[in-house]
Amino acid sequence: MADPHIETYDPEHEVMSAAITESRPARAVFMAIAFVFLALFLVLPLVVVFNQAFAKGLETYLTSLNDGDTLSAIKLTLIVAAISVPLNLVFGLAASWAIAKFEFKGKAFLTTLIDLPFSVSPVISGLVYVLLFGAQSALGPFLKAHGIEILFAVPGIVLATVFVTFPFVARELIPLMQEQGTGDEEAALSLGASGWQTFWYVTLPNIKWGLLYGVLLCNARAMGEFGAVSVVSGHIRGQTNTMPLHVEILYNEYNAVGAFAVASLLAGLALVTLVLKTVLEMRYGAEIAATRGH
Amino acid sequence: MEVRVANVRKEFDRFPALHDVSLDIRSGELIALLGPSGSGKTTLLRLIAGLERPTRGKIFFGEEDASLKSIQERNVGFVFQHYALFRHMTVADNIGFGLKVRPGATRPPAKEIRRRASELLDFVQLSGLEKRYPAQLSGGQRQRVALARAMAIEPAVLLLDEPFGALDAQVRRELRRWLRDIHDTTGHTTIFVTHDQEEALELADRVVVMSQGRIEQVGTADEVYDTPNSPFVYGFIGDSSSLPARVEDGQVWLAERPIGLSAPDVPAGAATLFFRPHDVELLDGCGGCIAGTVVNSRRVAETRRVELEVGGDRQRVEIELPIDHAAANKSRIAFRPRKWKLFPAAD
Repeated sequence: MADPHIETYDPEHEVMSAAITESRPARAVFMAIAFVFLALFLVLPLVVVFNQAFAKGLETYLTSLNDGDTLSAIKLTLIVAAISVPLNLVFGLAASWAIAKFEFKGKAFLTTLIDLPFSVSPVISGLVYVLLFGAQSALGPFLKAHGIEILFAVPGIVLATVFVTFPFVARELIPLMQEQGTGDEEAALSLGASGWQTFWYVTLPNIKWGLLYGVLLCNARAMGEFGAVSVVSGHIRGQTNTMPLHVEILYNEYNAVGAFAVASLLAGLALVTLVLKTVLEMRYGAEIAATRGH
Repeated sequence: MEVRVANVRKEFDRFPALHDVSLDIRSGELIALLGPSGSGKTTLLRLIAGLERPTRGKIFFGEEDASLKSIQERNVGFVFQHYALFRHMTVADNIGFGLKVRPGATRPPAKEIRRRASELLDFVQLSGLEKRYPAQLSGGQRQRVALARAMAIEPAVLLLDEPFGALDAQVRRELRRWLRDIHDTTGHTTIFVTHDQEEALELADRVVVMSQGRIEQVGTADEVYDTPNSPFVYGFIGDSSSLPARVEDGQVWLAERPIGLSAPDVPAGAATLFFRPHDVELLDGCGGCIAGTVVNSRRVAETRRVELEVGGDRQRVEIELPIDHAAANKSRIAFRPRKWKLFPAAD
């Protein structure tokens, strides 16, 4: 339901006054710098990844992907994303709902807390869980005695991933919901809708594109996270290795084709994410304009 | 449905927005809450709707204490200043929303909801626009849809928050007349908030004039215009001029001279004299009048507004003259207000 009457920011049709426009050569220099920079730091590495992955032909590429440990790494990555993304979707929705639509004590503190994973090194995030659930901690041995493994097992990886990715959805939605205000919700309530109906019929449709955008970014990060997961995973081949960890192992074993083959999948994911992100931004720019890029 | 507001106080973070407000609204009445911004009029409306809870006091719908009920249970139709239409729903879905969200037992079938929506759309003179989205409507059309949506739930009370605030003057006047017609047809008890006195005086059965979280006066358009009960109401409703005066021996004194107005019931002392600039009597001589030097004269539509400096301390005061009146060319004018009111000066 694209809204034909909402004006969106259109850089191509923006009129610039002559006073703030640079001269032709200056513009050419700036553009050249930007393109060279992009080529050097983004395109070139991507080309190298795919080049190395296919260095020994398509068949070798497929064989190295079809390896048991590689398949299990892919599977684990998908499982971790499948658990942590929905968790953060629910958490992000709840947090932004609370922050954008209500006034309460400690709101500023909560907002800051949501940004914490962005400001903390992922390795530290992982280490926190090691301290919390490790053999030397109070919780670790207790859980272990009851047959629950957190560290060096899937739950630990999920926890670390959830921690690292939880700002994405909330950060997209909070400014969007704040901008939309509470008018629509009040209207729905005055018409007799319950809280749940209001959320389902009114709030959710208003934020759906922003939400999708947040989920997309959250998913990309969940699948690509290295630092935090590396600390808690234990690197057990075929069991607790996610794709990024597996790339590292293969690379350290001088299995360049294998390493780059897995890396090419992650790069592919990044490209797909980028395309979807651009499409979303183009089509629903007005709705997600309130949010800042990452 | 009668609405009774009983000693309601509302604070936001300890800051009082309403002080001990009481108001009785009769069934079927069209009431305007009028006041400048910050007067608490919107807060009062939101309290009646149940969008806010009073800090103290109660609100009754009929005999029932509505303050104990949630907004969903109060069954009020609320029209927002910025429409608050659901932008992803068609006009018909917007209007039908209140029926669609009813619990299973009382929810009409989908076909019936559609029929009701069309009916209401006819009623607000927007037939045939069922499939449009709110973004495809003009401001006036959106406000009509918002009203139809509010009426779809057959509300006990219809509440409108600055319903025409975001519209241009032409559409405003048109919708004003139309709202009066709708009210007369349906007979809903209707309360609307406005800062536009023309709107309030023209449309409402009774006007509630509010200022700084208090009700100043409740009355018909004639009552609040002709017999304002406070300096605020006198100054806020219609044009007014005021002068600092003094009462002595039942006479009104301006500076050191009586001005020929007797006020036997007003206690002696400092006071403020209020009158309407157009309701003055021009005099030739001045044995008991207000005399001043013309400092400014402007033509406003069919009258001439003359600003005078009066008395030794050069108080400025405005009066209105007919456009072709001889006095308009004089440099000194003497006059006496025909209708006026004195309020003891607040010290």
